[in-house]
Amino acid sequence: MEKLRFAQVGETMYHEVLANGLNVFVFPKPEFQKGYAFFAANYGGMDMRFYLDGEQHDTPAGVAHYLEHKMFDTQEGNALQDLAANGASPNAFTSNAITGYYFESTEKFEENLRILLSFVSVPWFTQESVDKERGIIGQEIGMYDDDPDWKVFINLMTALYQSHPIRVNVAGSVESISHITADTLYACHKAFYDPANMVLCVAGPVDPERICQVAREILPKEAGPIAVKDYGEREAPQAAQDHIEERMEVSAPLFQLGYKGDAPINGQDRLRQELVGELALEVLLGSSSPLYAKLYREGLINQEFSYGYECCPGCAFLMAGGESKDPEAVRMAVAEEAARIGREGVDEALWERVKKGVYGNKVRGLNSFENLCVGQAQTFFAGANFLDFAPLFSAVTKQEAEELIANWVTAQRTALSVVRAKEEGAQ
Amino acid sequence: MSQVTRRELSPGVWLRAVHTDKFKSSYLSVTLLAPLDRETAGANALIPEVLRRGTAVHPDMEALSAALDELYGGAVEPVVRKRGETQCVGFVASFLDDAYAMEGEKILEPAAALLGELLLAPYTEDGVFSSDYTAGEKANLIDRIRAQINDKRTYATQRLAQEMCRFERFGVDRLGDEETVSVLTPELLWARYQELLRTAQVELYYCGSAHPDRVAGALKEALSRLPVNEDRIDPDCEVRVTAGPEPVLVEEAMDVTQGKLVLGFRTGGLTCWEEGFPALYLAAAVYGGTTLSKLFMNVREKLSLCYYASATLEKMKGLVLVSSGIEFGRYQTAKDEILAQLEAVKRGEIEDWELEGARRTLVGACMATLDDQGRQEEFWMGQAAAGLDYGPEVLAARLEAVTREQVAEAARRLELDTVYFLKGKEV
Repeated sequence: MEKLRFAQVGETMYHEVLANGLNVFVFPKPEFQKGYAFFAANYGGMDMRFYLDGEQHDTPAGVAHYLEHKMFDTQEGNALQDLAANGASPNAFTSNAITGYYFESTEKFEENLRILLSFVSVPWFTQESVDKERGIIGQEIGMYDDDPDWKVFINLMTALYQSHPIRVNVAGSVESISHITADTLYACHKAFYDPANMVLCVAGPVDPERICQVAREILPKEAGPIAVKDYGEREAPQAAQDHIEERMEVSAPLFQLGYKGDAPINGQDRLRQELVGELALEVLLGSSSPLYAKLYREGLINQEFSYGYECCPGCAFLMAGGESKDPEAVRMAVAEEAARIGREGVDEALWERVKKGVYGNKVRGLNSFENLCVGQAQTFFAGANFLDFAPLFSAVTKQEAEELIANWVTAQRTALSVVRAKEEGAQ
Repeated sequence: MSQVTRRELSPGVWLRAVHTDKFKSSYLSVTLLAPLDRETAGANALIPEVLRRGTAVHPDMEALSAALDELYGGAVEPVVRKRGETQCVGFVASFLDDAYAMEGEKILEPAAALLGELLLAPYTEDGVFSSDYTAGEKANLIDRIRAQINDKRTYATQRLAQEMCRFERFGVDRLGDEETVSVLTPELLWARYQELLRTAQVELYYCGSAHPDRVAGALKEALSRLPVNEDRIDPDCEVRVTAGPEPVLVEEAMDVTQGKLVLGFRTGGLTCWEEGFPALYLAAAVYGGTTLSKLFMNVREKLSLCYYASATLEKMKGLVLVSSGIEFGRYQTAKDEILAQLEAVKRGEIEDWELEGARRTLVGACMATLDDQGRQEEFWMGQAAAGLDYGPEVLAARLEAVTREQVAEAARRLELDTVYFLKGKEV
């Protein structure tokens, strides 16, 4: 077992690759009450087309998420209930790139870990139970449809991207999930839920060796074949659409501005691009930037304003949004500020301050076991370790941030998504 | 190990300090506890927002952000909470713990000083709040009040509380209402601010690696300008023992795809101050607090009547609120089933796994509170508003002792008072 020490941030991570190909990461935290386990497959909503054993599979939108719902069924009943009966709070999520199952518990951690590893690795459902779930997922999709924050985001994805599957709702649509059968789910489980395509991350008052032992006992002994994913054609650098708008019951217009970036490379470079992207946003429109103060003063943004660098296989982008009475004016102001930075560069004092701030925030974020474990799983799938950000951080330069702004924050790469109130302009 | 202490820094000004080195951050909060009142709620909610805009030393948000960046990206957020019939307004703040500062500098003292500055030394014009800041934050608060409608799940619960407690202070929203906020001027707000500083009980909270004496010293210094008053107001809460003779039905129609059904019960005077409180807490969890609960297992899983159905307890006011998302046409069936499940709890028809599952979840949540600075702050703030002094471990121990019959007995105190149904617009 490999022991990695990240002294700067006070963390220790144990790493082991089991014979079946599963990567196990453990962060021992003896002073805590609770333990947290995260078991994830490198398989998400985007992975609709794939090849397995030489055969092409085209699956309906929403399969990964549907599978996540059904994985909790076991021969004896339901794993959610078994975990809850032990006082654990279990849950799962499906993102564009990964599906993760997790629980947190202060008691019977090892027993709960066995339940987790077992239900995720053994599919157990029938056509009848799959059909029954359709109503529940349909209701969930209905909730998303009523959620303006979700709508403004997913619309932005369709505006930024021509064909990349990030455009597609992870949960699918009522129509797309009507094509999902028990066979579809079994096929996808076989294609992606192999230990060699998964990671287990644990944080808490635990012994790393015991965690590996439990995983060896419960999971299949050998690695199987893993599907090859296909995201379609490489995306052009420009945004697919300049602007997209929808009307819903909202009190004030919601907006998301997106800046389409270069698809990330894997490994340390990906981590570096993420740091540069985050810092670029801070100096461009972050809460201590001159532009933020100006927009806030002019009432063009409020406290709901938030921003972030997002990335998954085949795409990376910056986004910023919230509520605004005039989203178009925000877009203009950001473009002007990017142009100014292009001419004058980023203020040296601002850069140093922002770096200190972002660093402190990232370190504070390590309080969360979830952040630590999910972060490690995601970063590992992309070929690096989550905590490598700390040593990388001091190496990132102001020029890198300026270049990223110059390359990404351009008119051709920008899309604006707006959700407006229904009544507005109806006359 | 962590150690919790409480001390009075000056009359009516209390510090709760949790001494621990298990976190990467130190957590600080300052809260003014004021009686919830329609006349003052809007102004009280507005005050921390206006204070957060600028201080005498750091007159705008840019300067404040720069100061926070220098403290390694510290975060200070204005917060407005409602605990029973007490409105809790102030700031929560999180800073990098001294141990992780890059240059080994002290962060606690300057952080406490900044918090004190935000509370007591605002940026002023002509001896009152800046008219720009007041107008800007007024507009933001009104937007937030209007935006409550965006999240239909929370909105429906809020509407129920409003209708059910029309003639009680609890019916007042934590943000106040548009009518009272819109008439506020810098002068009126200033007067309310002075009154609040003079009369409200003040709760300070710290969690981090510094010794409580050092924390007390830093906060005393930071709050030295706070007026001294021997008679700060103790928080209070009216409890109505019985529901009305007939449950009241309130219906609203909106353009939504999913209906929201909320049921409000009175707990027959059983609250956090009674001996039977742990039994009531457990009863609410057995009924609808976990994924093992009667509502989740039967109404959602077995009958697929809704996407979610859960019960929450308002421990000071003595209310249980059941919230669910349903198809419009299933109003009667869903409501009947929700009530039928409560009857089962009342009759003591509770399986071992239901009782123990709920108990393990609540006990686990209590213990996990110790692992999260934010949750711990929430817990202690709630205790302060209720005038209670026991910690999460004590509550966990009391939950362990509750019997099935005590749970049923607590459930039998529940009486349906009001039903709220948000349905779709008829086409």
